[in-house]
Amino acid sequence: MKSGTVIVGTGQAGFQTAASLRTEGYLEKITLIGEEPHIPYQRPPLSKGFPLGKQDLESIELRPKQFYQDHQIDLLAGEKVVAIDRAAKQVKLDSGKHFFYESLVLAVGARNRTLSLKGAELDGVLYMRSLDEGAVVKDRLENAQDIVVVGGGFIGLELAAVACSLGKSVTVLEALPRLMSRAVAPLISDFYRELHTSKGVKVVCGASVSEMEGSGGKVRGVLLTDGTRFPADLVLVGVGVVPNIELARNAGLRISNGIAVNEYLQTDDDNISAIGDCAEHPCEFAGARIRLESVQNAADQAQCAAVTIAGRRNVYRALPWFWTDQFDIKLQMAGISNGHDCIVSRGNAESRKLSVFYFKEGHLIAIDSINRPLDHMMGRKLIANRVTLTPEQAADESVDLKKMASSSGAAHS
Amino acid sequence: MPKVVYVSPAGDAREIDVPAGTTVMAAALKNGIDGIVAECGGVCMCSTCHVFVDEQFFDRLPPAQDTEEAVLEISAVERQPTSRLSCQIKVTDDLDGLIVRLPEKQR
Repeated sequence: MKSGTVIVGTGQAGFQTAASLRTEGYLEKITLIGEEPHIPYQRPPLSKGFPLGKQDLESIELRPKQFYQDHQIDLLAGEKVVAIDRAAKQVKLDSGKHFFYESLVLAVGARNRTLSLKGAELDGVLYMRSLDEGAVVKDRLENAQDIVVVGGGFIGLELAAVACSLGKSVTVLEALPRLMSRAVAPLISDFYRELHTSKGVKVVCGASVSEMEGSGGKVRGVLLTDGTRFPADLVLVGVGVVPNIELARNAGLRISNGIAVNEYLQTDDDNISAIGDCAEHPCEFAGARIRLESVQNAADQAQCAAVTIAGRRNVYRALPWFWTDQFDIKLQMAGISNGHDCIVSRGNAESRKLSVFYFKEGHLIAIDSINRPLDHMMGRKLIANRVTLTPEQAADESVDLKKMASSSGAAHS
Repeated sequence: MPKVVYVSPAGDAREIDVPAGTTVMAAALKNGIDGIVAECGGVCMCSTCHVFVDEQFFDRLPPAQDTEEAVLEISAVERQPTSRLSCQIKVTDDLDGLIVRLPEKQR
């Protein structure tokens, strides 16, 4: 029997690679190895429905356990790959096991960036990425009263919304002048600041955290450099992630802002692909090499890599899209807005229906939508198909985006 | 317990007992029905749980919300008059025997 494909990482990307390989008719052995002691599950609910008790462990599993047996996928959960021997085409596990591969897929993800501040080690200062961490957050939220969220990005704000919905006193501390500033335009940031504030969340932008105060080993408050103090019995930190590049780097693979891959999602070694949060790839929609942290990116790259491994070399060209759920509002994002030089909008914040269109050198590159789902879905088609839409048309409600999108032919991304 | 019948593109039907309150998507995943991908996990961001609802049941479903309607516009197989996202259909006793047909592809 051939050695088949070894997939390192049991997140959305690793899971989808295995599933897509079988859908693509791949008949060789598939070994799916991950450090987490769980079968693959969805991460997005961990900062949304899971801590609210709306979703449980079973409902967030990507597939039931039986799926892996039914599809001859050897799932090794709770096992860590510690080295790749490229010459021997073999991965080694810390348990001493080793597996040969013909194709190796690194879907090793990212880990939380941690704070290196005085008091950061106190009990009650929590990070969240994994299900186990999510279960701790859910548990600690029950008895906490004063919650400080460090980081006003997607995860921080989602957790703030959850904590607020649970009736807690919540403060969000964001270092930059506005919320989600890496991802969205000021109009959207302002909308979300207003949304959180209206629900009772205290939002502080431009906040420079200097230390966590504690007593008896437990966190009691968060101190800013300007001397402001916020009481806290629970601090949730969401200040971004760093890609897990060590395994690839130790194997001599090229590293940039992630594991560097080409348009086929292959590393310098043709037999090794890297996908998902850990992979820096060329993105035609960004006009640059980028690394993305999203479900779409994980699932589409997995599908692409699987097709290539199954024997039809396949260029990755899926349009990026994202979402975040905060309170009862879903923000839908299509495309990559980096480098935009023009912004127009449809709708307005007062009506809670708002889309922001981002242009670069006259071309539509991204759309962010609040309660305008058709703008988002048509936006995916318009951007993917490079349909000409002027800023004037984008701002004009009478211009039917669906007609514009369908005139360009169907595009599924 | 209500039953849901999933019909593959080839015409093979499988009848599954689904507890009321469960979505047609979740029941498909739990029971190993191929042809439902559910990439976004049921939050109306992708169209990979698209189904064609049998006509005799279609009008008995609560109508699709705007978010679902929008997603159906990007389905991999073009939407039909009875297209729905299976993540948005909650099974009830009233829907016992619900028949859904799966499209040729979801991505």
